[in-house]
Amino acid sequence: MSKELDLKLKIWRQEGPNVDGKFETYEANGISEDMSFLEMLDVINDNLITTGEVPIEFDHDCREGICGTCSLMINGQAHGHEKATTTCQLHMRKFDDGDTITVEPFRARAFPVVKDLVVDRSAFDRIIEAGGYISVNTGAASDANLTPVPKEASDTSFDAAACIGCGACVAACPNSAAQLFTSAKLGHLNLIPQGQAQRFARTETMVETMESFFGSCTNHGECHEACPKEISLDFIAFMNRDYVKAKVKNRKLAGQK
Amino acid sequence: MTATATSPSGSTPIFQQKRQMPFPLNIYQSAIGRKWVMALTGIGLLGFVLVHMIGNLHIYEGPARMHEYAESLRTLGGGLVPKTFVLWLLRLGLIGMFVLHIHSAYTLKERSRKASDKADFIGGAKKYESKRDYVAANYASRTMRWTGPIILLYIIFHLADLTWGLVSSEWAAGDPYHNVVNSLSNTFIAIIYVVANIALVMHIFHGTWSLFQSLGINNPKYNKLRRNLATALAGIVLVGNLTFPILTTIGFINEDNRVCPPGDLECLVTQAEAH
Repeated sequence: MSKELDLKLKIWRQEGPNVDGKFETYEANGISEDMSFLEMLDVINDNLITTGEVPIEFDHDCREGICGTCSLMINGQAHGHEKATTTCQLHMRKFDDGDTITVEPFRARAFPVVKDLVVDRSAFDRIIEAGGYISVNTGAASDANLTPVPKEASDTSFDAAACIGCGACVAACPNSAAQLFTSAKLGHLNLIPQGQAQRFARTETMVETMESFFGSCTNHGECHEACPKEISLDFIAFMNRDYVKAKVKNRKLAGQK
Repeated sequence: MTATATSPSGSTPIFQQKRQMPFPLNIYQSAIGRKWVMALTGIGLLGFVLVHMIGNLHIYEGPARMHEYAESLRTLGGGLVPKTFVLWLLRLGLIGMFVLHIHSAYTLKERSRKASDKADFIGGAKKYESKRDYVAANYASRTMRWTGPIILLYIIFHLADLTWGLVSSEWAAGDPYHNVVNSLSNTFIAIIYVVANIALVMHIFHGTWSLFQSLGINNPKYNKLRRNLATALAGIVLVGNLTFPILTTIGFINEDNRVCPPGDLECLVTQAEAH
């Protein structure tokens, strides 16, 4: 039989975007160590509903670590202390019996709290809208594999594409910078041949949209440690290099419009 | 692709870019561009710190050689240009780099402050109620916004102390050996130098690593060397610069064997030539 845990939880409760929030303490007794963190919250919510209280709102969707919907700052770390793990994949066996766990929403001015632990991460959508796609005309359907893609480029591009856009990088960043997210999205498209036509236009607009919502990177490296997909800081360097290159390449030259 | 900074829902932009300035000034309008400027000026300032430290080692050759070194800085460029012309060019470059470095740092700090709720002087580091367990951020990286102003205040003091001679009445123009010994013999001033140099070294430790990221100089093969280089440079500057206040305090650097009276430049020149 699996071990059972008795836990104390300090959870951020906030009724709406413009209301002051505060921490509430909840007891969670008899929690199975096989539960995920979100299932543990489900148990608390079940009890709250039974006693007629308002359940705790939190974001979740796939619960298998690939959608990027779940968030939560658990004991001061985005997605909890377990490395390369989303909150939904964080299991209660990683905690000890009798622990007090503090749960807060991801915080940044670009991520306003909607309710309780739910934050609005639509600022990320603004960055994607600014260039996180390929929209060049490619003509009629061509033979498969007509475009050669170097193995190294496709591997690295895939590493970047692993970003699920959860916002842990922004949450963990003391500057609330979104460099890791934006650079992953840029690295994903800018490394492969299909992305080259719009590479520098994309870099410029996505970076500038990012800068209008988020803070400025000081190279702490906290984002990489918090990232459930372990996106590398190398992509940030790649973005920094491409951005200034984009400024050089995108300028209007004499006689050109 | 046009930059759209509108938001139908909750999050509102913290920063709206005004009209783009012509290239290359538009690079400085962006945060990443400012990080480039900080990195490039950082390289320049780091170069100055190293050259300044190495040049100061002339103090171990005595008052005459120290004066000779100081004089050779003023006569850089030889007879081709007026005296102190090249020195002033270097100084203006240095001042320019300082101004850009500080301006970028301050404006970027302001952007980061606006990007976080509950931001304090150094930014949004205290975003959460629970105790933050920093995983990657080290003491040096988290104190950049403290060590920076400490270094600035120290530089002003350092200039007032040894360049303008405003701190001590015994300051003598053109005799750096005497001025250094006179100043650092005061334990209180020596402590200021030690503390400021520790701040400087911490700033260099994070800055040297950080500048590679800011400039996008990144190669998985050599990335580990960036941290080693930062440690090495910080170590060299720490040891080199701290020898001066410490060795003066314990009396290793002293004026006991001085031939010329303090401030007697002709005597110092004659002594250096006879060497």
